[in-house]
Amino acid sequence: MVNRIVVGAHYGLKDWLIQRVTAVVMAVWLVVMLGLLLLQGPFSFESWRALIGGFCMRAFTSLFFLSLMYHAWVGLRDIWMDYVKPVWLRLSLQVLTVLALIWWAVWSIALLWRI
Amino acid sequence: MSDMTAKKHKRPLWYNLSPLNLPLPGLVSIFHRVSGLLLFLAIPFLIYALQLSLADQAGFDAVRSAMTHPLVRLVTLALVWAISHHFCAGIRYLFLDLHKGIDLPTARATSWLVFAGSAALTLLILVKLW
Repeated sequence: MVNRIVVGAHYGLKDWLIQRVTAVVMAVWLVVMLGLLLLQGPFSFESWRALIGGFCMRAFTSLFFLSLMYHAWVGLRDIWMDYVKPVWLRLSLQVLTVLALIWWAVWSIALLWRI
Repeated sequence: MSDMTAKKHKRPLWYNLSPLNLPLPGLVSIFHRVSGLLLFLAIPFLIYALQLSLADQAGFDAVRSAMTHPLVRLVTLALVWAISHHFCAGIRYLFLDLHKGIDLPTARATSWLVFAGSAALTLLILVKLW
């Protein structure tokens, strides 16, 4: 435990589990969206806005974006850990990834609730 | 290590680790990773497109017309394939987590299924989208 190498992982089950839970959330959202596209598409501006702007769809899409950002963090962290060996570069990339994902999470949810 | 050096291997050993030389489940795996990275890089552009499309009629029309540009179509094709593959391969991994389809013949068959399924999904979505 003393000589742990700094890789940015938590050495635990938590991220593994969250990666899968978020995957299921996104899979359900994608199936719903594909179904709507096939059944109701193509959309006009009004019907598109009405679809996404409904409370349930807004909440579900917010959950989708949050899941996406957490899921992407786990995946990107794996990629950086596997291929980027210098610790300073790997940590920099991980920090940039986290900051980008937080920014995109706030941006996407803010725009959804501004409709 | 000692029994390894005892064997008369000609050193150094060269393994062909080219992705194209991977077994089928290995190809599913590396494409899962590549598609995931592609989708990550696409996130800000997709959020921006969503924002435009929801803002007003002009923004919606701008996104629609941008999607007919040949270069955007190429990117759309890549991203639709990426999400389709990531989706299909991801479902396969969820089953593997539950120890379903672990044996080699099944794992190979489901790998084919992932490639065929994601190709079919890509086609379906693009036909509907364009």
